[in-house]
Amino acid sequence: MADIPAYAVSRATRSSRIGMAIGLIVLIILATAPWWAGRADLRLLIEIFYYLALAQLWNLLAGYTGLVSVGQQAFVGLGGYTLFALAAFGGVNPLAAIALAGVVAAIFALPTAFLVFRLRGAYFAIGTWVVAEVYRLGFAQVSALGGGSGMSLPADVVRSIADGRQAREWLVYWVALIIVLAAMAIVYALLRSRQGLALTAIRDSEPASESLGVNTYRTKLVIYIAVAFATGLVGALIFLQKLRISPDAAFSVNDWTAFVIFIVVIGGIGRIEGPIIGVIVFFVLRELFVDFGAWYLMLLGAVAVVIMLLAPRGLWGLLTDRWDIQLFPVRRALVVKETKDSG
Amino acid sequence: MTPLLETRALEAFYGDFQALFGIDFTVGEGETVAIIGSNGAGKSTFLKSITGVLSNKADAIRFKNEPIGSLAANHVVRRGIAMVPEGRRLFPSLSVEENLQMGAMSKRSGHWTLETVYRLFPVLKERRYSPGTALSGGQQQMVAIGRGLMANPDLLLCDEISLGLAPIIIKDIYAAIPSITSEGTTVAVVEQDINQALAVADRVYCFQEGRVSLEGTPDTLTREQISAAYFGL
Amino acid sequence: MDWVNAIVQGIFVGGLYALFATGLSLIFGVMRLVNIAHGDLIILAAFLSLAVVDGLNIHPLVSLVIVVPVMAAFGYALQRGILNFTLGKDILPPLLVTFGLSVIIQNALLETFSADSQRLQAGAIETASIPIGQGLAIGVLPLIIFVTAIVVIGGLQFVFYQTTLGRVFRATSDDAVTARTMGIDKSHVFALAMALALAVVAIAGVLMGIRTNFDPAVGPARLLFAFEAVIMGGLGNLWGTLAGGIILGVAQAIGAQINPGWQILAGHIAFLIVLVIRPNGLFPRIQG
Repeated sequence: MADIPAYAVSRATRSSRIGMAIGLIVLIILATAPWWAGRADLRLLIEIFYYLALAQLWNLLAGYTGLVSVGQQAFVGLGGYTLFALAAFGGVNPLAAIALAGVVAAIFALPTAFLVFRLRGAYFAIGTWVVAEVYRLGFAQVSALGGGSGMSLPADVVRSIADGRQAREWLVYWVALIIVLAAMAIVYALLRSRQGLALTAIRDSEPASESLGVNTYRTKLVIYIAVAFATGLVGALIFLQKLRISPDAAFSVNDWTAFVIFIVVIGGIGRIEGPIIGVIVFFVLRELFVDFGAWYLMLLGAVAVVIMLLAPRGLWGLLTDRWDIQLFPVRRALVVKETKDSG
Repeated sequence: MTPLLETRALEAFYGDFQALFGIDFTVGEGETVAIIGSNGAGKSTFLKSITGVLSNKADAIRFKNEPIGSLAANHVVRRGIAMVPEGRRLFPSLSVEENLQMGAMSKRSGHWTLETVYRLFPVLKERRYSPGTALSGGQQQMVAIGRGLMANPDLLLCDEISLGLAPIIIKDIYAAIPSITSEGTTVAVVEQDINQALAVADRVYCFQEGRVSLEGTPDTLTREQISAAYFGL
Repeated sequence: MDWVNAIVQGIFVGGLYALFATGLSLIFGVMRLVNIAHGDLIILAAFLSLAVVDGLNIHPLVSLVIVVPVMAAFGYALQRGILNFTLGKDILPPLLVTFGLSVIIQNALLETFSADSQRLQAGAIETASIPIGQGLAIGVLPLIIFVTAIVVIGGLQFVFYQTTLGRVFRATSDDAVTARTMGIDKSHVFALAMALALAVVAIAGVLMGIRTNFDPAVGPARLLFAFEAVIMGGLGNLWGTLAGGIILGVAQAIGAQINPGWQILAGHIAFLIVLVIRPNGLFPRIQG
């Protein structure tokens, strides 16, 4: 009897195993940050976390599902305002309010999707922005939430988060770390699932995937709402750290969408690794040039434009062109296990 | 006979896929040449290479004894090569007359003007303000040929002009070719219809799998030779 | 009477929104490009006029003689130098690049002119009005803007359907490869379209700068107004764009009449309502 090799579908590669090991070490370092990092460092790390989470989510939406939204600030703002409203007027514990903020964002995402899904391509993009503006202008009319000038989180609510400033900052830090890890884990798990295959199919050819029985509308809707939920969580976290919210800050297209898109494009769209690289570049540039104010933002815009033109798959794409590395394998490969006697 | 267009060892690629393998081809001035071959033999690819839609090595294509292989399509037409594309490809937002006027964008002067094209295809004058795509298939083909002529080309390349048309209409279309050549335009037609090609051409090339499989004049080629070259039997 | 007056003013403001929108519509029509920096380019034109007016001590309307060609030349260079390389099947490159451009223009204006609110001083025409009885009056400036919108749209309509350039625009938009075999250089044609669009943007920017205050951050809102007018009017329909602009202007005027804070919000909501009931706009172009 001939030896028949046994095949197995595998996604793991040597580089992904090394990546996992490095990831674990980085994770331990980050989880223990409150003990070794200063206050300013913690603040910076929290900011990095929420930008990374937003970038992963936008990447899932645009890079994998083809829903190029420039209105994700809608859900950041909704999340933030839900937290403030529930904590200040509903007496809800701010940490519990974070979870509810995601739910509220998801609920708002449904009618939003109903409207913007009528538009295609670039028009979808600007449509999402219009809806975000409606939310911004709408919240500016709610005088209980401070109208156009916004409000601060009441002192007793702030105190209810944890005993003392240090404990509060540590707690917010860990929550931020958990949220970014959860966002990445969900994106990763989704891409490895059957849904992930459907997503890739939709991005590559919508009519073809529809003819193969993929319900593109429903798949897109599910992803859109899931991303809105998670973006709402991140929004609540952002304003829990800032302790102050206003319509212009909460629904800022530059802060919560333009920079996020730049991060994804600089790092590499359609790859989980892309936003990680992008967020590192974004914050390195910011730390180096932040004193130059407007010049820094012009530089950021220019870097994004140049990368889109010269390396449309981003810096991670440049790296993988040179070396075959994959930290988060989502592609499937057929590998031959040891041959075994079938007789 | 002076060669008007020559290709030497012409190759063409779509990415990694090679579609043409060393095509040697000549059209003489005033001659009518037909290129026959089955689907996928590389006929349309060959025309796209000549017109510059697909780029090539400069020396692979010579026109009036000058290398044109690396010229972009918009420059090739100014040298005097016009194309009647497969499927006609009229501009849907343009009227019949506007479609014809687009053909003159290369700004070459000569016999062919709106007036002379309308004389060749009188029905087009009646429909001049209709959208090009509102016409019947045969009339659309007339617009496409007229549009090619408006460039006053020295060489007119016609890609599958009988495709999808009724036999009687094909006859009408082909009847125009002598009027075209008599004005000094050399014509090369790509055809799947062997009989039509043999009837109109002075010389025939048969393509098969990206190569020239047969070449000759209609009266010297036998049916068996053509079948063998066409189908690879 | 306040209501009638508000609606009349809204109709006239609609002319300005139509001017914002025609440039966007033209570029989309010719090359399927949605320019996120469109609003910022309007503001750029207004600031350019401000600099010209200050430097040469001329009337803002006279500054058009300089601002229009400069913006057109900038459009040509922008299209040939950058935007042509972003066009293709994927919508992301043009979107991202024009988004980057938007951030660059906003911050360049901020750096050059500061965040202060500005206004183009146009003298008597700013306040002059023509009484039409029963307490109603039409401002001279809104009238100039509205007439300009009609002239610009009529002019573009003429260019598109009666001239060689327009024929080339339509043919290239239909089938760029075939147009190329007729001698058409796509890069040049698209750059001409962008130049034409930015010439209109220049007119819109200067008229806006005379009518209202502006600062480097208000571009995106202008993009949204333009976008809404285009979608409400029906894609590819220039006169529809004027109708879209008027609906937007009237909706904003009604909103402002109810509560000043609702002005912009009412415009957006009118747009969303149209999107629900007529997703292809009110006057979609009938394909021939």
